Amino acid sequence: MTLDAQTFMQHLANGISVGSLYALIAIGYTMVYGILRLINFAHGDIFMMAAYFAFFGIAVFHLPWYVAFLLVIGVTVLLGAGIEKAAYRPLRDAPKSSVLISAIGVSFLLENLATFLFSGKPKAFPDFPAMTRVLEIKGISIQVLTLVVPLVTILLLFILLFIVNHTKLGMAMRAVSKDYEIAQVMGIKIDRIIAYTFGIGSSLAAIGAILWGMKYPQVSPLMGVMPGLKCFIAAVIGGIGNIKGAVMGGFILGLAEVLLVAAFSSLTGYRDAIAFILLIIILLVRPTGLLGEKTAEKV
Amino acid sequence: MKKCLVSILCLSLSVVMLAGCGGTKEDANVIKIGVFEPLTGANAAGGELEVEGIKLANKLYPEVLGKKVELVIADNKSDKAEATTAAARLIEKDKVSAIIGSWGSSLSMAAGDLVKNNKVPAVGASCTNPMVTQDNDYYFRVCFLDPFQGTVMANYAYQQGYRKIAIVQEVSNDYAVGLANFFTAAFKKLTGDENCIVEVGNYNTNDQDFSGILTNIKSKNPDAIFAPGNFTESALVIKQAKSLGLNVPFLGGDTWETEEFLNVGGQDVEGAVITTFFDDTAPVTDEAKKFVEEYKKEYADKESIAAVSALGYDAYLLILKAIEKAGSTDSTAIRDAIATTKDFEGVTGSITINEQGDADKNSAVIKTVKDGQFVYLDTVVIE
Repeated sequence: MTLDAQTFMQHLANGISVGSLYALIAIGYTMVYGILRLINFAHGDIFMMAAYFAFFGIAVFHLPWYVAFLLVIGVTVLLGAGIEKAAYRPLRDAPKSSVLISAIGVSFLLENLATFLFSGKPKAFPDFPAMTRVLEIKGISIQVLTLVVPLVTILLLFILLFIVNHTKLGMAMRAVSKDYEIAQVMGIKIDRIIAYTFGIGSSLAAIGAILWGMKYPQVSPLMGVMPGLKCFIAAVIGGIGNIKGAVMGGFILGLAEVLLVAAFSSLTGYRDAIAFILLIIILLVRPTGLLGEKTAEKV
Repeated sequence: MKKCLVSILCLSLSVVMLAGCGGTKEDANVIKIGVFEPLTGANAAGGELEVEGIKLANKLYPEVLGKKVELVIADNKSDKAEATTAAARLIEKDKVSAIIGSWGSSLSMAAGDLVKNNKVPAVGASCTNPMVTQDNDYYFRVCFLDPFQGTVMANYAYQQGYRKIAIVQEVSNDYAVGLANFFTAAFKKLTGDENCIVEVGNYNTNDQDFSGILTNIKSKNPDAIFAPGNFTESALVIKQAKSLGLNVPFLGGDTWETEEFLNVGGQDVEGAVITTFFDDTAPVTDEAKKFVEEYKKEYADKESIAAVSALGYDAYLLILKAIEKAGSTDSTAIRDAIATTKDFEGVTGSITINEQGDADKNSAVIKTVKDGQFVYLDTVVIE
């Protein structure tokens, strides 16, 4: 089928908007993996909890949005660090697969806890007219949010790169990632560094959840499952452990999904399959991902 | 895979146990009726509304044959695999005399073989897909069917002057796909135009981004969009359509009639049009008047009454009348009594069960969203 230029541009805008959200969440996966060599499967569910925190902060307790957002980020960071302390730290010296299984356990725990506490019925995320306002640019309809999300993602990318490459905390993180026993010998408090890493990863999940909620204004206990998987795939595509790679993977995945729907409209029901096919191809052709290091570890 | 194994295990277990005990389940003073509904997961809001109606009916009519009627509620978790497990539990562990449910045709179909093989009659409240009762002597329902619903909506669309329609369907949902097909067939017949459906977009349950399919649809300039599917996804579809500048009317099915659809959709679902079973502002029978009155007392915080609550109420009453008529709690006797139901005055009109096990109904209500509420638009009768 043929696409006129305007429709194509609209698809492109859609793809970038989805992709930048994927990128934002994928960074959280990649951060934790980069330091701990642990795929934190609970990341998608931390994201879901953050969306509920935002819902309660704004729709139930009527806090001003900036207070609510700061609170959401703060509480989510505590949640992430708490999960690390309760579920991962006791397994620090256990085989990697035990920690992975613990992560899956945390994921189910959070999903069922949310179903129990907030009921399975979806809740409406509060509306932000300033963000959801539609701009018409040469026949293309773009929400303000579509422009804001990529900017936030890029900004956070630079902040993270700065932290990792130019601060003492970042140096300690890199040391822990290289060899945590030696790092410990050198006087680095690895428990603290790992807790910080989880905190940063969780705060990204929180920001992602707030932006996701604005774009798809619905909150439910299983809302984190698909984004969690997709963003994990995005992180793998870019080379898991690499922050720039995660952002790249997110954009690639978002664009691939939307553009494939655009080109083959009869395949729209198989959209989720595209992400997984991409994952398989990448793992076959380039197991370390696009920007990954050579020393990939199997999980 | 694991769920699949579990359900196969349950199925085989239940067959074995049935062979052992012969399937009679007499308890001295209690008659158990199973309620088989999605109370968690994507369809939870629909299931909950149906349960509200069933509970109200149970409160108003708590006894039959001098015995107390007890509701046993089983959550099928909006999941086809979980649904067989839940149905097996009702039949085997709780030994219910009859089952009500489920919201969602695919979930009902998942339990189809179980009720048939165990000879426990089931009455669906709002499952509208024809396949629910097909080749199944033990599945009945009190609502109209999708071929009818699809025709009603196609007629409405035609009367509004729409000639080019785009379809957005939840492709993993038998109900949505069925309804979209019946609509398409009816609409093609009305317009005489093979190309009246300009685009079909598919999505999966739990999807959240529909910008791709909606952008494709926008480039085809349809007069309206028919989007049968689950209420949350549908509300997001409509929201995203508006944000893409796709300002055409949205038409949907009975599943949209939930508060969640209105809450999630907000301003953007204003003007959406649906077909449904019942209108609380114009009760058609005495039972309906009583239902509306009692419902408002029982659920004072609700702003309106969903049609599926009325259907849940009807399904319960139908089973109760059948038990009364059968004079026993024997499942087969109840089944025969349900099958011969004639001119039963329910909340949603007079119900006669036909050979297929379906309620013969010839009228549907059309509602639209106005000021954050579903309001009555029209009643359509098709002979």
